[in-house]
Amino acid sequence: MSTRGAEIPQTVSAPADDIDRRIILATQGGLPLVADPWNEVASKVGVPVDELLVRVEAMLDRGLIRRIGAVPNHYAIGYTANGMSVWDIADEAIDAVGEWLGALDAVTHCYRRPRRLPDWPYNLFAMVHGRSRDAVRQQLDDIAALLHGRFPGACRSHDVLFSSAILKKTGLRIGTSD
Amino acid sequence: MIDPAVRPRTASVIDDTDRALINALQGDFPLTRQPFFDVAARLGLDEAQVIARLQRLLNERVLTRFGPMFQIERIGGAFCLAAMRVPEGEFGRVSAQVNDFPEVAHNYRREHALNMWFVLATERPDGIADCARRIEVATGLPVFLFPKEREYFVEMKLEA
Repeated sequence: MSTRGAEIPQTVSAPADDIDRRIILATQGGLPLVADPWNEVASKVGVPVDELLVRVEAMLDRGLIRRIGAVPNHYAIGYTANGMSVWDIADEAIDAVGEWLGALDAVTHCYRRPRRLPDWPYNLFAMVHGRSRDAVRQQLDDIAALLHGRFPGACRSHDVLFSSAILKKTGLRIGTSD
Repeated sequence: MIDPAVRPRTASVIDDTDRALINALQGDFPLTRQPFFDVAARLGLDEAQVIARLQRLLNERVLTRFGPMFQIERIGGAFCLAAMRVPEGEFGRVSAQVNDFPEVAHNYRREHALNMWFVLATERPDGIADCARRIEVATGLPVFLFPKEREYFVEMKLEA
C-alpha cells in the first residue's frame, strides 16, 4: 500500500470521539491473536462487534488508521542497512525536490522538516533501506547525481545517517501519562 | 549492537511461508469475523497455522507489532522526530531515561554527532514541546525537534 503520487492531506483536525479513542487504547498494543480478534476488541471497547467493524473501517477511510497489520523489524527481514538520507535544499525548490525524491522507488519515507542552524542544515529527510550500507550509499550517490542534473544548484549538501541500534520500537502509546 | 529488548532473538530463521505471511499482512487485514481464516485461505494455509506463526514471529521479534497503525494527527495529536547529541560514555543512561517516556514511540542510535533519534507521539499538539522539555530536564541534554512540515511520501510496506 502506498500513497506515492497522490495528494497527501496534511493535518486535519477532527475531535476525538470517545469510542474511537477507546478503540485506539484497546489496540495500540496490538490485536489479540485469536480466531475472532475484533470480537475481543469490541468487548474491551464496549460496543457490539458489528459497530466496531464499521467504526474501524471509518477510521481507515479518514486516515486515523493508516493500515492494519504486521510491523516488521527491518533488521530481522534482511534490511540491515537503514539509512536516513538528509539534504540541504534551497527553500524555493524544496517542494519540487521533495515530490521528486519521494517518488523514487528506493525511498520509503520522505518529509520536509525545519533546519536547526548551525547544528543541522538539512531540510529534507528520505529513508532508504537496503541489504548493505554500500548498496544504500550507491543508491544515494545515484540519486544525488540525478538530483543535480534535474534541479541544478538546488542541493547544497547531503549526508546519510545509518542506524546502529534500535533502542525502542513500541509505536504510539496514548493514555499512559497524559 | 542492537538492544536485547528489540534484537531479533537468536538467528531467527524465517522461511518462505513466514515471508509470504509477513508480506500479506502488511496490506489490508480483513475487517471480518474470522480475519485469520480469510488470510489463511488466501495463502493456502490453515487458520491455526497462521495464528501460531504470527505468535512466533512476534515472540522472536521478527515483527515488532501486529495491529492498527494510527495517524494520531487526524484527531488532534502529534508525532515529532527529535534528536540529541549524547556523549558516548552516557549513552546507556540517556537511552534508558529517554525510552522510559511512554511518548517515545521509537528510538534509534545513528552514526552522527546527533546520535540519538526518536519519535514522540502525543495526544495533543502541545504535548510534544512539553515532553521534549521533560526529556531535557531528565537527561540534562538539549533536544532538537524536527516536526514534519510536509509529507511527500510514506510507504507502509517493507517486502520480506
